[in-house]
Amino acid sequence: MELILSLAIGTLAGCGVWLLLRPRTFQVIMGLVLLSYAVNLFILGVGGLRVGMPPFLAKGQIGSIAQFADPLPQSLVLTAIVISFATTALFLVVLLASRGLTGTDHVDGTEPEA
Amino acid sequence: MTRWLDHLLVLPVVLPLVAGAVMLLIDEQHRILKTAISIGTIVALTGVALALLTVVDAPESAAVWVYRLGDWPTPFAIVLVADRLSALMLVLTSTLALASMVFSVARWDRAGAHFRAMFQFLLMGLNGAFLTGDLFNLFVWFELLLAASYGLVLHGSGTRRVRAGLHYIAVNLATSLLFLIGVSLIYGVTGTLNMADLAIRIPQVPAESRGLLESGAAVLGIAFLVKAGMWPLSFWLPTAYSAAAPPVAAMFSVMSKLGVYVALRLWLLLFGADSGASAHFGGEWLAFAGIATIVFGAIGVLASQDIARLAGFSVLISSGTVMAVIATGQVGVTGPALYYLVSSTLAIGALFMLIELLERGREPGADVLAVTREAYGEDDGDDLVQTEKVGVAIPAAMAILGLCFIGCTLVLAGLPPLSGFIAKFAVLTALFSPPGAGVTAGVPALAWALLGLLIFSGLMTLVAMTRAGIRTLWTRETVPRVRVIEIAPIVILLLATAALTIQAGPVMRYMQAAASALYVPQDYMQGVLTAPLGRIAPAKGGT
Repeated sequence: MELILSLAIGTLAGCGVWLLLRPRTFQVIMGLVLLSYAVNLFILGVGGLRVGMPPFLAKGQIGSIAQFADPLPQSLVLTAIVISFATTALFLVVLLASRGLTGTDHVDGTEPEA
Repeated sequence: MTRWLDHLLVLPVVLPLVAGAVMLLIDEQHRILKTAISIGTIVALTGVALALLTVVDAPESAAVWVYRLGDWPTPFAIVLVADRLSALMLVLTSTLALASMVFSVARWDRAGAHFRAMFQFLLMGLNGAFLTGDLFNLFVWFELLLAASYGLVLHGSGTRRVRAGLHYIAVNLATSLLFLIGVSLIYGVTGTLNMADLAIRIPQVPAESRGLLESGAAVLGIAFLVKAGMWPLSFWLPTAYSAAAPPVAAMFSVMSKLGVYVALRLWLLLFGADSGASAHFGGEWLAFAGIATIVFGAIGVLASQDIARLAGFSVLISSGTVMAVIATGQVGVTGPALYYLVSSTLAIGALFMLIELLERGREPGADVLAVTREAYGEDDGDDLVQTEKVGVAIPAAMAILGLCFIGCTLVLAGLPPLSGFIAKFAVLTALFSPPGAGVTAGVPALAWALLGLLIFSGLMTLVAMTRAGIRTLWTRETVPRVRVIEIAPIVILLLATAALTIQAGPVMRYMQAAASALYVPQDYMQGVLTAPLGRIAPAKGGT
């Protein structure tokens, strides 16, 4: 499972970085979205990968961290998802405004001279 | 201290949140009401910040004031921590906010929707980031203030702003992702996000995990340095800052200091002298990056045709100087560096606002405003009447503008008699007389490099500012119409730098105390981790 997750993060991050460096605004926003997926999976990974483990102890139960999923990264991911969703939506609006004002979807607002 | 006073520490976050939320509900037509709320809130914030500063600076206090949100036990709770450095940054933020809010009343608040609400949210994010004692919480505050700043950088609209805003937002979104990677790596290694707890655990990190920890810290550091405008990560900054509306740009000058603040706090707390194998991790990088930023900023200042870009590059010089000076890792130098930070931020804030007045009547800045008014469908005729009514035009406008410009130049270039000179002088004096003189053989090369660079960047600023001043002040036919409400904030900011000069003794003592506390993080750690439980005790039978 570690291998699959690492490959997934790597693929997402690689595609994200490549798209982020592209000259069209839509490519940039897709790049940012993919990167944020990669980062979210990464955060989930730092808590350790466990399947079917509860994140909380039952009342009176004593356990070691090896038997339980770490709840903190999960809550961090939740926050990160919400924030990146909101900022991506905002970026989308700016993208549309830029397209409307400059008449091009190039990130610099002007078409490069061919 | 009464129970209510205990909650004083959460006010810098709650006040702007409430004010901003309320203002979202009020229609844009009620300008006077909204202006009164925003200025009232900022005045209250200034009062709270000053009160915090007095409390943490009182000789008998522990100098660290901890507020646990929700009153959970400390390593689990998210804490707000005020010490001398945070209190200082809060005072700086609210002073600058007051000036730019008053300035914007003249006309900029009408250049787009929800300016005042976004301004309050920006303040909330800044205050929260300065106060928080939790790494992930810091990320949340960063995002909050960035979200507000995205709105503000576009305030007034226009092609130039949208284009600069697009770059600004893309860079900052990517940076936020780096921030998250850094935070989660650090959490993965240490298992905590509380800064004080981290400082305890980092020396105990086993050798095999240290690489992971250090790469996490490095990634996190890059995220702050992008905000601080560190070369080569600062290409977006002069464009975005010079495109932003002047009161917004003035606030942004303190926003880049947030990056510097976080680097200062975390670097000294997590990688201070006592942090075991990782002590002073990345110090030399910080120094080189700071030096490169000063050089880049100095060249940029000289190369700027546009005076607003010149101010943008001054932000870089200021950030770079503080970074490079702090990276020397000497406690005696850090105090003067904080003094420099405050004085240069005030001057840059004043300069951004002054530029708009100077450019008035020369550049088509007013046209942009007119266009946005049209875009927002506001009643043009009514607006013009309103604009004419606000404030009275001042006599001898050119003389006063010129004097303010000279004031900004003196502070930024570091010439006597204003505070810029004292700041640079104190930094250099401290650099060349380290407390442990004789232990280290002679003066380190870094000190010589910094001496040269401080004087070099000062000279470049002087040359560039003089040139810009001649071009804008002496070669114009029309005298701009300047109102009292526009020039007063600038004059007050410059008077603040003058006050810093006159009160240099007490101020420097405070800065030095703040710096010494940073180099002895045990007090901070103790204060946070042993904050008495239930100090904010719930009322009997109550919540």
